[in-house]
Amino acid sequence: MMAEPFTSPLFGFIITLLAYQGGIALHRRFPCVLLSPLLVAAFLIIVFLRLTGIPLADYNRGGDILTLLITPATTVLAVSVYNQRDLLRKNLLPICVGSLVGAATSVGSVLLMSRIFSLDKVLARSLLPKSVTNAIAVELSTQMGGIPSLTILAVLITGMTGVIAAPWLIRICRIDNPVSQGLATGACSHMIGTIKALEMGESQGAMSSIAICTTGIATVVIAQFL
Amino acid sequence: MGILSQLAIVIGLSFAGLAISSAVPVAIPGSIISLVLLFLLMVLKVVKPSHIKDAGLFLTGNMGFFFVAPLVAIMDYFDILGGSLPAFIAICVISTLATFLATAFTVNAMVSLQRKWSQKRQK
Repeated sequence: MMAEPFTSPLFGFIITLLAYQGGIALHRRFPCVLLSPLLVAAFLIIVFLRLTGIPLADYNRGGDILTLLITPATTVLAVSVYNQRDLLRKNLLPICVGSLVGAATSVGSVLLMSRIFSLDKVLARSLLPKSVTNAIAVELSTQMGGIPSLTILAVLITGMTGVIAAPWLIRICRIDNPVSQGLATGACSHMIGTIKALEMGESQGAMSSIAICTTGIATVVIAQFL
Repeated sequence: MGILSQLAIVIGLSFAGLAISSAVPVAIPGSIISLVLLFLLMVLKVVKPSHIKDAGLFLTGNMGFFFVAPLVAIMDYFDILGGSLPAFIAICVISTLATFLATAFTVNAMVSLQRKWSQKRQK
């Protein structure tokens, strides 16, 4: 009888809400890029499920409903590109070619290094869409035979790396064009990187949010050939 | 527009994307189709920013929240990840640096190419 309330979808709902709020609070208190609310929330829930012995399937009854919102959340990414349409038109060539090269480099380097490290096939496939924002990466991962949860982890690690590395790569390699700075940051570290790009300046932030969409689409195109 | 009408537009488009995705022979995620669809409808002024403002802000502003449950499912894959975790992280880090540099230098080259073209046109 005790276990019954946990089979309600409301259980997954409330525990996700609470854990995510906890993650946001922790991030506010310690604003470090490694403490992403998503990562902290998932960690808290995994610990909770392990301690109580509540099966993952029970949690997923509620969790799956929240996951359904990923598709509409991807759809509305169009709004940020629409808001930057003048900038998009003015820099159409650099954006298109840059996104394609960025996506190809990401996918190509993952393929190459997975061979070198002789990584498990499923792991390698989960890594392929890692430079793309979660919304697009999860769909691509399923399509290419990867595991979405592992892809989300890869996307998070990639985003954090971009945020930490982008400012010093810009300094060392003397990349002083704001268009290049923004597009490169968005192409390699998607949404997490865009927050950093916004700190660099308005046009860097705008370019970065365009790059989230364009590299996403470029990766979808490249995935057709794999 | 009311929040339910806004959601109807966004979720309607998302469903249309899924439907198109399963109808066409190439493998394109439905969400990408609906993204492009929404962008085109906005450019054509069929959908105005005010039509989806609140729904859009809610969905993009809380993006991380929707990925908690799929990330929690990683607890079923700890065995697969196991000893490969260091390689997994190393690949992410190295590939990210490579992607940044490749994109930045490509964009640099394209921007100067564009500048040369417009200078020629002015002459």
